[in-house]
Amino acid sequence: MEFEGRAFKFGDDIDTDAIIPARYLNTSDPKELAKHCMEDADPQFPKKVKPGDIIVAGKNFGCGSSREHAPLAIKGAGVSCVIAESFARIFYRNSINIGLPIFESPEASKRIQDGDMVRVNAEEGLIINLTRGESYRAAPFPEFMREIISAGGLMQYVAERMKKNV
Amino acid sequence: MGMTITEKILARHAGLDFVEPGQLIEADVDMVLGNDITAPVAIKEFLKLGLDEVFDREKIALVPDHFTPNKDIPSAEQVKVVREFARKYGIKNYFEIGEMGVEHCLLPEKGLVAPGELVIGADSHTCTYGALGAFSTGVGSTDMAAAMATGKVWLKVPPSLKFIFYGKLQPWVSGKDLILYTIGDIGVDGARYKAMEFTGETISSLSMDSRFSMCNMAIEAGGKNGIIAPDEKTLEYVKGRVKRSFHVYESDSDAVYEEIYEYDTSKIEPQVAFPHLPENTKPISEVGDVKIDQVVIGSCTNGRMEDLRTAADILRGRKVHPEVRVIIIPGTQEIYLQALREGLIEVFIEAGCAVSTPTCGPCLGGHMGILAKGEKAVATTNRNFVGRMGHPESEVYLSNPAVAAASAVLGRIASPEEVR
Repeated sequence: MEFEGRAFKFGDDIDTDAIIPARYLNTSDPKELAKHCMEDADPQFPKKVKPGDIIVAGKNFGCGSSREHAPLAIKGAGVSCVIAESFARIFYRNSINIGLPIFESPEASKRIQDGDMVRVNAEEGLIINLTRGESYRAAPFPEFMREIISAGGLMQYVAERMKKNV
Repeated sequence: MGMTITEKILARHAGLDFVEPGQLIEADVDMVLGNDITAPVAIKEFLKLGLDEVFDREKIALVPDHFTPNKDIPSAEQVKVVREFARKYGIKNYFEIGEMGVEHCLLPEKGLVAPGELVIGADSHTCTYGALGAFSTGVGSTDMAAAMATGKVWLKVPPSLKFIFYGKLQPWVSGKDLILYTIGDIGVDGARYKAMEFTGETISSLSMDSRFSMCNMAIEAGGKNGIIAPDEKTLEYVKGRVKRSFHVYESDSDAVYEEIYEYDTSKIEPQVAFPHLPENTKPISEVGDVKIDQVVIGSCTNGRMEDLRTAADILRGRKVHPEVRVIIIPGTQEIYLQALREGLIEVFIEAGCAVSTPTCGPCLGGHMGILAKGEKAVATTNRNFVGRMGHPESEVYLSNPAVAAASAVLGRIASPEEVR
């Protein structure tokens, strides 16, 4: 799978309240959530982001709450993938579970600037900065997580396994 | 090679004799928790499997507590989804507002978590139950859905960090201050993916309520779980609440830790975390002059009896500052009733505080005390992110209940010593 889009750069410790403020959590509709995605970090983000665009952030992206509404809002906004120096653990789990592609790459996180055009090859874990003519490596996923990802998310993975057991 | 308490609980629930950090396991869960925000998403996912029943009707807890009593129509619809699911699938531990509480105050109180058990919850503060010597961690809604179906969860065994607290506590210092101090020291990702094991003579001297506050905020350092080995106080707490057999674990003397931290608590003052991260801590003596508009005392971090008693000790016979709004939220109906019986509610109302039915409400900027642009609040809650309690340009300062109560009286962030 390959993604290509414009990079929106954010800093360290972007928390789930910044990704989707709790005041909007009276719904779980990704389209509704997308209208307020990243609002408290960049109020213009929901208007500026286009399908395929990429979020690039520093360390500990998605810290705070367990709300799955955070990756759902990002996915709902059309963001193709998130690249960060590191991810908070519940956000990491949630992204894998719902099928939001995420990539851990300290180098990409440091080098990519806001507005750069970026292409990501998911299978190879290769991140290419088209604007700067550079490429970076993402940390590979453990085998078990690749199975969840290739099943299309945790529920599909569980459904397949339950079917096999019967 | 020995194991830590966290590793022992994980090994037992994965049917293994030994586990080590980094190992991926599939573990049996003893309790799966969800609330009115996370459970509707989990239920939607669960229903896709087309199952007639959940894995165990007694091992699921559904607690509508975030936007309840329902704050608006969409919130009411979300709770309705949870209620109808609970009825249809015969979920035993569903709590309506008359018997509920903030989930992490409620589950231990109802005896739904025991030492040595493994709990996952679609709420990041599920790590609270580590105070009982259980392994408990926050997950997302899809993990909750899968666990409701299978009774299992995949976990990576975390490396453990050991935090040793020694020395006599200064006046007004509680578990909340020890955990804020720790987060201030290691940062909001200082324990990312890791187990935080709290130990030492000071921890032994702490009340259960203070221990809950500490484990509650392990997630604020990025931790997977916080945990305190059970002792007499733990066993006394669960006596009469937990009606099933359970297993008490403790770390082996040769258990391996990624890092060991030692803190002399006699040098730790009450702490205040400045906006907009819990790691921005300052001792109360260095806070300076910060005028405030609101005080919130409650939440899964500090809505228990010890917290209310401490706040009442300071507010008794005093008046809230005329320019400050004070909201007190007992953690559960049982805590509310006990506070009423002890005369604490009277103290609060006479001082000029508003007292609310249990709810997460203002802690996450849901309802019951939202901040306007530019306003500042002192809160005994757990997060002070941008916009956490309302307008993106409002500010939250985290503290213990004593500091919050003293600040309520003086209209600025204040030490309890200033009003005594």
